[in-house]
Amino acid sequence: MKFSLAWLRTHLETSAPLATIVDTLSAIGLEVDAVTDRGSELAPFRIAEVLEAGPHPNAERLKLCRVETGCGIVSVVCGAPNAHTGMKAVFAPPGSLIPATGQLLTASRIRGVESAGMLLSEREMRLGENHDGIVELPPDAPVGEPYARWAGLDDPVIEIAVTPNRGDALSVRGIARDLAAAGLGRLLPWSAVPVPSHVPSPLVWETAWPEACPFVLGRTVRGVANGPAPLWLARRLEAIGLRPINALVDITNFFTFDLGRPLHVFDVAKVRGPVFTMRRGAEETFRALNGRDVTAGPEDCVIADAAGVVSLAGIIGGESTGCDEETTSIFLECALFDPIRVADTGRRLGILSDARARFERGIDTALMPDAVEAATRMILELCGGEASRVVSAGTAPPWQRSASLRFSRLADLGGLAVPPAEAIGILERLGFVPERRDAASVTVAVPPWRNDIAAGVSLDLSPELSPAEKERMRASASAIEPEADLVEEVLRIRGLDSVPAVSLPALSSVPTPSLAPASAHIEQVRRLLAARGFTECVGFSFLAASQAALFGPAPESLHLENPIATDLDQMRPTPIASLALAAGRNAARGYPDLALFEIGPGFLEDAPGGQVLIAAGLRTGSTARSWIEPARPADAFDVKADALAILAALGVPAEALAIGAPAPAHFHPGRSGLISQGPKLLLGRFGELHPRVLTALDLPRPSVGFEIFLDTVPEQRRRTRRAPPSLSPFQPLARDFAFVLDESIPAEQLLRAARGAERHLVTAVTLFDVFAGPALGAGKKSLAIQVIFQPHERTLTDAEIKAAGQKVIAAVIKATGARLRG
Amino acid sequence: MTDDLSSLGAETFAAVEAADNLASLEALRVAVLGRQGRLTSLLRALGEVPEDLRRERGQALNRLRDEIASAIAERRALLQAAAQDAGIAAERIDVTLPPRPSVLGLIHPISRTIGEIVAIFGALGFRVVEGPEIEDDWHNFGALNIPEHHPARQEMDTFYLPPRGTNARRVLRTHTSPGQIRTMTAAPPPYRVIVPGRTYRADHDATHSPMFHQCEGLAIDKAITLGHLKGCLIDFLRAFFDKPELPVRFRASYFPFTEPSMEVDIGWNRQSGELGQGGDWLEILGSGMVHPRVLANCGVDPGEWQGFAFGMGIERLTMLKQGITDLRPFFESDLRWLRHYGFSPLRPPILHEGLAG
Repeated sequence: MKFSLAWLRTHLETSAPLATIVDTLSAIGLEVDAVTDRGSELAPFRIAEVLEAGPHPNAERLKLCRVETGCGIVSVVCGAPNAHTGMKAVFAPPGSLIPATGQLLTASRIRGVESAGMLLSEREMRLGENHDGIVELPPDAPVGEPYARWAGLDDPVIEIAVTPNRGDALSVRGIARDLAAAGLGRLLPWSAVPVPSHVPSPLVWETAWPEACPFVLGRTVRGVANGPAPLWLARRLEAIGLRPINALVDITNFFTFDLGRPLHVFDVAKVRGPVFTMRRGAEETFRALNGRDVTAGPEDCVIADAAGVVSLAGIIGGESTGCDEETTSIFLECALFDPIRVADTGRRLGILSDARARFERGIDTALMPDAVEAATRMILELCGGEASRVVSAGTAPPWQRSASLRFSRLADLGGLAVPPAEAIGILERLGFVPERRDAASVTVAVPPWRNDIAAGVSLDLSPELSPAEKERMRASASAIEPEADLVEEVLRIRGLDSVPAVSLPALSSVPTPSLAPASAHIEQVRRLLAARGFTECVGFSFLAASQAALFGPAPESLHLENPIATDLDQMRPTPIASLALAAGRNAARGYPDLALFEIGPGFLEDAPGGQVLIAAGLRTGSTARSWIEPARPADAFDVKADALAILAALGVPAEALAIGAPAPAHFHPGRSGLISQGPKLLLGRFGELHPRVLTALDLPRPSVGFEIFLDTVPEQRRRTRRAPPSLSPFQPLARDFAFVLDESIPAEQLLRAARGAERHLVTAVTLFDVFAGPALGAGKKSLAIQVIFQPHERTLTDAEIKAAGQKVIAAVIKATGARLRG
Repeated sequence: MTDDLSSLGAETFAAVEAADNLASLEALRVAVLGRQGRLTSLLRALGEVPEDLRRERGQALNRLRDEIASAIAERRALLQAAAQDAGIAAERIDVTLPPRPSVLGLIHPISRTIGEIVAIFGALGFRVVEGPEIEDDWHNFGALNIPEHHPARQEMDTFYLPPRGTNARRVLRTHTSPGQIRTMTAAPPPYRVIVPGRTYRADHDATHSPMFHQCEGLAIDKAITLGHLKGCLIDFLRAFFDKPELPVRFRASYFPFTEPSMEVDIGWNRQSGELGQGGDWLEILGSGMVHPRVLANCGVDPGEWQGFAFGMGIERLTMLKQGITDLRPFFESDLRWLRHYGFSPLRPPILHEGLAG
């Protein structure tokens, strides 16, 4: 919503400077988006007269002008083709800044001739696009006078953002009322002087759809002379960015902004009367005033004459019945439309208009008769003519409501004990009328322009509530809401800055943890991964469906209906997909060796809530080159270590984990594994990414990754007091064993057997060599392990050590079919 | 002492002094004190010395033997130390060579900011709750007093997912406010919760990302007023930006889910971007007293309970605090950007260590 200061002053008597007005608007909820004060950049420019425009001695295209500036005669070189003797123009003296270019003007010699200033075009002053010549002012323009003041351009324009609840603030008068309430002056009285008439209107209203249009007024004015609006009106509209069209149209636009009351004028000569009907559209197409064809359906309210649709109700008029210079008789429309229907139609048809913005927020029902009279009077004043009687259809729906405020609530809810008298004063200045008052509370009538106050409670109650609870909630909200509305009004006008800030009372003197244990663990995983060399990424949750499909299911149910781009249309099944894309981009930039991680959602059709939380990591390329140890490519065991480290950090006991296969399709089938706890609980997976994925995303080979399903990891019991440790005084013994076994037997099978052989003695089993070669025979491999025996009661005898070793060997042979390597 | 002993002593001491390695010293020891050594032979020949001289000669021989042994031991220690020094000197390495490579990764600025927010609100008694990012209409809109036709719903540029089964169309949550709805429907008041997380809006340009992060906050009790809202947010903003005097301004505004509603501005310098001074104001978050309809929709009696809610953009807070000027790189995972703006995992946001990253 834009308005100029001069326009505001027609409703507000104030001595407040612009800066105070701007600050107050923002403070009371009418946030100022911009203030343009064209006057300030035009201030140096004055009206001048070209006493003589003669040829330039050294340039054919230039003219040499003698210019009377009001403070002396100067010589100005000018290139404009329209510069001529006797014209009035706008003069820029040396030292001024040209608004369009920011150029500082200095006296200079142009082709050898002194030029002490410049005559300006519209474009140079940023007043328009015209640059064909300099501005020519009317002959009576006073020489020496500041141009901006003379032209009415020294009027600052304020643009505010109006929130959806404040239809009344889409009018200059509404804004003035708020400012007056906030103490910035006095709201000037406004009343319409009726234009009585006994002439019947040749056109009448009929409303066939009262839910969409409950009430409409109109009247005919015959014998009007349309033409350009007077300067004051044209300037007022131009200042806020509206193009003056003709007096009749400009008058309706004026009321749209002045009172927030959209009006429309039909050219009676172009209408097929005698009845205007408010009805549903019937898939009819008409050309709207914006030059576009609009098709109105049965959910759209239209105004129709005998020939069909002439206007989209509350949104935009039709081109065919609009007023132009030829118009001699008009029909004025002043209607009330249902806000929700206007909003729906406007959205469906994609039309934004000043009328729609007002109707969808709700307008002042009670103002309608006065608005008709005021508009009629202005039409008669500017265009002449004779008005008919006012015609109407439907009835004005009741808008009268009241709301009560317990004064104690100002402090109890609002945090500021505003004295009752002051609170009532604020409400009165906003147009509320006290009906009843006692020591503790006041009941006020809500003004008709405040559709947002005590508007009737519409709830969307949780379906989980019982009927009795629902009833209680309805009653309670209905009782509380109007009062909250009034508290808000008093506080916003009184100034929220005056509410004293109070720190929240502490719930406990020492704060309790804000994260649940599982969430705290996730933060530890984040730090763990960064400490292991991974850099954290935050990737988009959506990517191209084709890319998502490389990493898991990409079902239709997780495909966005309205993606912003085709490469962001599918919810990702796992964050490793985002990491892979990121690694590809980094590799393309020359950074192929990296370790990235993300802790974020993967989206799956059958997951509870549709999403799972995954810690994913990706290593690509090689370890760093070094003189001390050669670089080596990242491999599956790097990420297996990462995955196990996470699970260890989450408190999952290592011995509870089993490694299995096969991992899903984005992993290399022979170089990846699943990590489970027990037989069923899948906690994660790791391995080389599938070569097909690497090719598709231009990733270095190998690229290895892991995924840990954080929601699935069982919450570990919180550590309580632990039993004392067993610290044996006897030295542990290490013994090495090598076994030959079938290549297909997993190493873990052997390790498990060795660990389980002599539980009270074996404390660690370490695999230190894997070997395969012709000497062992085809399909065989050798695994060598070191076993640590820890005696507890006494040092072991040779025989006991030997026996323990034999038990390990026997267990391994039994579990794996291995033989001891000689 | 007889001459032969004096000359043996002098000769041997000179030879010990002259020995320049352990081998020659050992050879000397054997030659003098060994089984066939010269002094050993003299001792062995003591029996042939006349009775009256034998005692005195014996004492002299023993004294000399001790003196020689100790001279040799001393010399040996010296030579051993010298040999060790020489060996150590040969073991020299170039300590300016780089060590084995090791990389410390970094935490993303968004995680960092969330961590700081959680730390500060944690100290104010708030608990972190989470919620799904795919929401139903009721949690994202209806319960929050944003009915179908509401203009606020149009402004949110919602992403939609197809309906599942009999359910209505699903949305990607446009704010983390559904978290307050889930909190209120899960348990009775009082509440103090914050909901940090991912949010989505169909908007993509220099200042909007289709995915971004918000932190919603909710405090409901019997006597929480707008004064507490102000106190709580001022306390947070001053702690977060580490500026105890940070100017904070509250402006009336409108949100469907709060009443009264307020925008919160902080003081800054528009030219330099410096926070806390300069006379300009920067909008930083939205807040208000929870709307009675929202409470009622969730089954929390608005006649009995009241409180405030707020929502802040995590990227915006991050950009302001860290001086980051462009939004897009947050989600591009450019290693160079991450290394520049990332945080060490060894300095997590813990209040007692200070929040300076």
